[in-house]
Amino acid sequence: MSAHNSQAVERYRNDFLREVEERVEEGQWVKMCMQCGVCAGSCPFGPHWQHSPQKLFMMIRAGKRQEVLSSDSMWMCTSCYNCVVRCPRQLPITHIMHGLASYAHRLGLAPKSQPTREFATMFWNNLAKKGRVNELKLTLALYFKDGLVSGIKTALGMQSIGLGMVKAKRLNPMEILGGHGLKDLKGFHAIIAKAREIEDKKKGLVS
Amino acid sequence: MKASIATNQTILVVGGGIGGMTAALEAAECGKQVILVEKNPTLGGRTALLYRYFPKMCHPTCGLEINLRRLKGNRRLRVLTQAEVTEVSGRNGDYTVKLKLSPRYVNENCTACGECALAVSGQMPNPYDYGLSQIKLAYLPHAMAYPQRYVLDPAIIGTADAEKANSACKYGAIDLAMKEETIELKVGSVIWATGWKPYDAAKIQPYGYDRFANVITSVEFERLADPHGPTGGKLLRPSDGAPAKNIAFIQCAGSRDENHLRHCSRICCMASLKQTQYVREAYGDDCKSTIYYIDIRAIDRFEDFYRKVQQDPTVGFVKSKVARIAQNENGSLILHGVDTEGYHRYATEHDLVVLAIGMEPEANGIKLPDDIVVDSSGFIEGSKDGGQFGAGAAASPTDVNRSVQSATAAALRAIQVVHKTAAVEVA
Ligand SMILES: Cc1cc2nc3c(=O)[nH]c(=O)nc-3n(C[C@H](O)[C@H](O)[C@H](O)COP(=O)(O)OP(=O)(O)OC[C@H]3O[C@@H](n4cnc5c(N)ncnc54)[C@H](O)[C@@H]3O)c2cc1C
Ligand code: SF4
Ligand code: SF4
Repeated sequence: MSAHNSQAVERYRNDFLREVEERVEEGQWVKMCMQCGVCAGSCPFGPHWQHSPQKLFMMIRAGKRQEVLSSDSMWMCTSCYNCVVRCPRQLPITHIMHGLASYAHRLGLAPKSQPTREFATMFWNNLAKKGRVNELKLTLALYFKDGLVSGIKTALGMQSIGLGMVKAKRLNPMEILGGHGLKDLKGFHAIIAKAREIEDKKKGLVS
Repeated sequence: MKASIATNQTILVVGGGIGGMTAALEAAECGKQVILVEKNPTLGGRTALLYRYFPKMCHPTCGLEINLRRLKGNRRLRVLTQAEVTEVSGRNGDYTVKLKLSPRYVNENCTACGECALAVSGQMPNPYDYGLSQIKLAYLPHAMAYPQRYVLDPAIIGTADAEKANSACKYGAIDLAMKEETIELKVGSVIWATGWKPYDAAKIQPYGYDRFANVITSVEFERLADPHGPTGGKLLRPSDGAPAKNIAFIQCAGSRDENHLRHCSRICCMASLKQTQYVREAYGDDCKSTIYYIDIRAIDRFEDFYRKVQQDPTVGFVKSKVARIAQNENGSLILHGVDTEGYHRYATEHDLVVLAIGMEPEANGIKLPDDIVVDSSGFIEGSKDGGQFGAGAAASPTDVNRSVQSATAAALRAIQVVHKTAAVEVA
């Protein structure tokens, strides 16, 4: 159990709804859900994931902490906003889905090899290093995430697109040598650290 | 023309539905002078357009007939139809009200023989069938209309039809020279019993009311079931006239929805439960009604009615707000959603979909006096100076029974206001 997770379990005991309200982005909306089912029926991904928003909100109220935070459903949200425009209670469902995903990730409870999570982590680490996205490195890291063989295969398959992007100056092969970044890197890292500190304090997360 | 036809001790009731008629009668029977104004050519309001009443399943004729009899026998009550309030000024106990009277083009000589209607050929969508049928430009609104007098629609004026109607009338009842009039009244208190209207179903985009012929509203379904209605009481699909035997009722269509009406309309659960019994009445066991609902709100004694309908094997319940509707080649509709009891995804086909449409205050859209306080949905609470009151479905979404109760309460309050006025005038 991660330190964050033990602290949360200790603090909220059986009141998972309160935990969500205090710590998940837009979590205070969950109690407004009237279980009408419109979001579940409106989601284009609906048939392909286990827990619709409707179901997740009910599970939160039922205190199913482990099931909710380890669910991979909120990671599948494509931000189409279909549910948000139809929800009769105007819950910001999309934002809650992302809030849940990010909270589960923070506590270390999100499913390990969930592709969205993997990519998001990769993206963030790439960006946080220099304050700029190194697209070449990001792409390669993504191709090779499942090992050398599958990486080479994917890279070969995408070759023509890659070359096209180089030609159109959308991809710089020289980025492999380290790539461009912000001038004041130290300042940038300090900003990120401070932002995280403020955010954690707001949510009551120990660091 | 300007005329003063009342005093400060008069009570004005705006709206001649079951609520307004009740408020007017209760006050008049207590000895007060009452003026009842109705914007349509007939009293009766929306109840006159229902096929049967829950919970007893009697016809609306009963209730209306009794009220009309009381009304005809009362000298203190004056009824003005085709009359609309355009302005209220003054204060509690001393209001001046401006009324616009639209011409009927038919005077008191009319015997309702109907010769004028036979003579004219022009037609318009029938507002008393929610536009599902056509009505002649010379018409009697409906069988229960009060006054029992024909009306010429303004569109007829200046056409050959107007002359035809005029010469067909054997009683000299048609007066094509009638003009719009404005009159002014002095009254002590005003009761707003302006009622409700169905929410605009086309705004509920995923249900396709504006795209799919076989998606209709509950008020239209009342007309289909009514023997005086557009199909002679047969439950037929608008697209092809085929019998609709597998019908879906969608609850909270517009209601309880921050994107549409934020309130619960309170009567639509009962209305749909009632309407399943129209289906049974039409087809016996050879039919299926399915109610899609968030939760059924059959308040207090209506619970018994709900229980009874639950026992009916032709009626099914799905706890789910339908997410969207699609139409297939033969005009049938596929309802998509997820039910809350088990979270099962469904895509179910029905012949006809009835939207249990929400009730919106009819007064949304008209300009009320500045002093009037309305709630967040536009239902009328009353005036700040305590001399005007809301009643019936104008004050909150209600069934007939509660509309009448609230109208009686409003009558009592208005009587208290004019009593005070009387005391001041004597002193
Ligand atoms: C599908 C459906 C089925 C229903 N079935 C039932 C049932 O079975 N049993 C039951 O108890 N209830 C039923 N109801 C509810 C019922 O229709 C209402 O309770 C009833 O109409 C309320 O009467 P009212 O007089 O308050 O309002 P209304 O009937 O709306 O009457 C208001 C009157 O005021 C007039 N008016 C409006 N504005 C003005 C103005 N500015 N100036 C002058 N006049 C004006 C209108 O023309 C109208 O005549 C049903 C409702 C629906 C939607
Ligand atoms: S649409 Fe809104 S109210 Fe309905 S189940 Fe989803 S979140 Fe809850
Ligand atoms: S009465 Fe029923 S259908 Fe109507 S708004 Fe309320 S819950 Fe919905």
